[in-house]
Amino acid sequence: MDMNEIKEIFFQECEEQLAELESGLLKLNDGDRDPETVNAVFRAVHSIKGGAGAFGLDDLVSFAHVFETTLDCVRSNKLEPTQDVLKVMLKSADVLADLVSASRDGGGVDESRSRSLVKELEALAHGGSPSSSGHDAPKPAAKAAPAPVAKVDLPKPSDDSGFQPVPFSFDGFGEDDEPAIEGSVYEVSFKPRRELYSKGNEAALLLRDLSRLGEMSINCDTDALPTLDKMDPEASYFSWKISIRTTRSEDDIRAVFEFAEWDCDLEVKLAEEASSNEELPMVPVPFDLSILDDSAGGEDEEKTAERGVSEETVAAAVSAAETASNVSRTARAAERKESAAAAAAAQNNAAAAAAGAGQTIRVDLDRVDRLINLVGELVINQAMLSQSVVENDATGTSAVNMGLEELQQLTREIQDSVMAIRAQPVKPVFQRMSRIVREVADMVGKSIRLVTEGENTEVDKTVIDKIAEPLTHMIRNAVDHGIESPEKREAAGKDPEGTIKLTAKHRSGRILIELADDGAGINRERVRQKAIDNDIIAADANLSDDEIDNLIFMAGFSTADKISDISGRGVGMDVVKRSIQALGGRISISSRPGFGSTFTMSLPLTLAVLDGMVVTVAGQTLVVPLTAIVETLQPEAAAIHSFGANQRLISIRNSFCPLVDVGRVLNYRATQANPVEGVALLVESEGGGQRALMVDAIQGQRQVVIKSLEANYTHVPGIAAATILGDGRVALILDVDAVVAASRGQSMKPEMSLAATG
Amino acid sequence: MKKKVLTVDDSRTIRNMLLVTLNNAGFETIQAEDGIEGLEVLEGCNPDVIVTDINMPRLDGFGFIEGVRRNEKYRAVPILVLTTESDAEKKNRARQAGATGWIVKPFDPAKLIDAIERVTA
Repeated sequence: MDMNEIKEIFFQECEEQLAELESGLLKLNDGDRDPETVNAVFRAVHSIKGGAGAFGLDDLVSFAHVFETTLDCVRSNKLEPTQDVLKVMLKSADVLADLVSASRDGGGVDESRSRSLVKELEALAHGGSPSSSGHDAPKPAAKAAPAPVAKVDLPKPSDDSGFQPVPFSFDGFGEDDEPAIEGSVYEVSFKPRRELYSKGNEAALLLRDLSRLGEMSINCDTDALPTLDKMDPEASYFSWKISIRTTRSEDDIRAVFEFAEWDCDLEVKLAEEASSNEELPMVPVPFDLSILDDSAGGEDEEKTAERGVSEETVAAAVSAAETASNVSRTARAAERKESAAAAAAAQNNAAAAAAGAGQTIRVDLDRVDRLINLVGELVINQAMLSQSVVENDATGTSAVNMGLEELQQLTREIQDSVMAIRAQPVKPVFQRMSRIVREVADMVGKSIRLVTEGENTEVDKTVIDKIAEPLTHMIRNAVDHGIESPEKREAAGKDPEGTIKLTAKHRSGRILIELADDGAGINRERVRQKAIDNDIIAADANLSDDEIDNLIFMAGFSTADKISDISGRGVGMDVVKRSIQALGGRISISSRPGFGSTFTMSLPLTLAVLDGMVVTVAGQTLVVPLTAIVETLQPEAAAIHSFGANQRLISIRNSFCPLVDVGRVLNYRATQANPVEGVALLVESEGGGQRALMVDAIQGQRQVVIKSLEANYTHVPGIAAATILGDGRVALILDVDAVVAASRGQSMKPEMSLAATG
Repeated sequence: MKKKVLTVDDSRTIRNMLLVTLNNAGFETIQAEDGIEGLEVLEGCNPDVIVTDINMPRLDGFGFIEGVRRNEKYRAVPILVLTTESDAEKKNRARQAGATGWIVKPFDPAKLIDAIERVTA
């Protein structure tokens, strides 16, 4: 793994953290005051900052830092997370997301926006916590050497003269001249307290590090050591006086004791050259680092015993002082030998526990796609094989047939499993929508909350990728046109804050996405008038409420009197509808004046396979998506009623349903077929109405692999896609909605021209 | 024998960086994702040094350090704290909990190895 891969992981993690951040903030917005929610939000920003720092993404770090500081105020209850505060934070989360994508993909961000948010965040942090002064400049480095901080906390040197040692460097004077005696001599007095050892620090290691700064001599003061019976093995009894000649500064010397400075008495002072050489109070002894080479506790103890505590060698003294840690080390060493196997087993468990936390792997999407393609071919191949076996063996009882059946089942299972790999929750798309709601509502001065449900509903990744755009458009529409202004809402006796509800759920092998607003609903009078004005319907057309509502999906239809910035970007609901249809989906609207509108999208879970009914129409083989079919029936002559010039109805259980001759609509034949000779497929079209599709015969039900017609040929009105059947022939998959729409008297013309231009 | 390092951090990015850095420097690395898991993994993994983050879900770095220091068997293991903040308060709290030393983020491989060398023999 190299840094680029880790960076990729970082950006993936950012996505997750941003999602976490947003959902946490939204929870807080809903009144959740669970400290863990606040913590999770804080952690999300903190993690992004931490990773960004490692990659030197300074813009990201500095913004995250300010954001984090403000969040910390919330976390420590210095700042109440009111709606206003959260508004700023949600916006900040958006900017943070922009910064992340700018860091990943290049490109800029709206600097003025982020700057003004930085100010707002800082104002919140300061306003909320007048006492907190810890707003260090948001520099990514945070490299301030700890030494200066430490100085404040350290006991001042006993020297009252106020003498300040001046660190100086000889770098400027040719080093070769007097290398041996360069530097100045410092006297370091070091007395550890017991806490130093209990926190895992070791005097010997500190002295070892110090010895790397220059040539030094050490004296150990063992006077405080009590007799063995009175000795506390975990206490600290020794202190050291070190005289070191170094070219480094006093700060460098103190930096060695950085980790220990709270747990020891430390004095560092520049010694006067003469006295340090001649008047050392104690006999200098060489510092023996050998004890550090072997960490086996037993030996250390032996050494200690041999040399005796009175012997004035640093090594022994350190060993004795170290008894506390040695004891535990010895215990550890002993145990290591005794139960090596047990420890190994435990270690395995631990590793397993570590691995069990997240049992996922990341796979390149291309690989999955290749697999899906191959499985698609496998399904076709298996179907062809079945067919040729059936053709050559009419008995249908042979072992080959049994095997084939099993093969079919296995193929199906493989296909389902592969599809499951691509399945993803719709959550990320839904979360993106909440940002859009926020931004658009801000722009138009409305107050709107987005409620999401069923975010964990899974659907094929390609569907997710392609749903975002139409959904965004619909959300913008709902905010801009659907929800009324707060004043109007209040006048109508509604909550001034509008609600948009986004729901996802699985329904009979498809995913259903609902977008409901509690706005004013469709103004049917206006829609109708507009449709007449735009020549979409005849002035005297008799349309049901549902049909009027669905007029908004017509090409060239827009009720907005003026084109607005937000939703009037030259794309109407017809484009939304077309992109949904391109996904093999349907969209419809239901609306209650005064109570709002609900858009319902029904989408296939995958774009790769389809359960279909294979039928013949005028000698052509067609596939009708099974999800569209409600029932099939054999029409009787008595049930068929003529209506108008060319229309026919079929009566089914006391209700009439328009009969659609598929062969006629698709121009396979010039005259209408006799319904009694064919089969009727009762389908539900997106408007909610039922139609009976007339076909000549049903061949059977089959799972087919969808091959895009547009990608390989061109869009054909009334046809959704193509597939390859078991016998190797290409069959067209019927676009039921388009066929139904094409047959619908009034709306036939625009609908067909829409399809033709698509 | 390779020195064994237990790292505790909830960020996948940092975990990977630690892993790469420590493995390149010849350490054996064991990783946990939060304080609770850290304490679980600690049993039986017998590390020479522990490197832990502060902000983590379930059990944060302070709690984790306290947990290690209460453990009879492992209380003497040096613990280094990974901290983004240079502010003394966090460092102090980590020290009070029993941290041996700290590494100030942004993550720098050289600083990490240096700090580990400083607290281990």
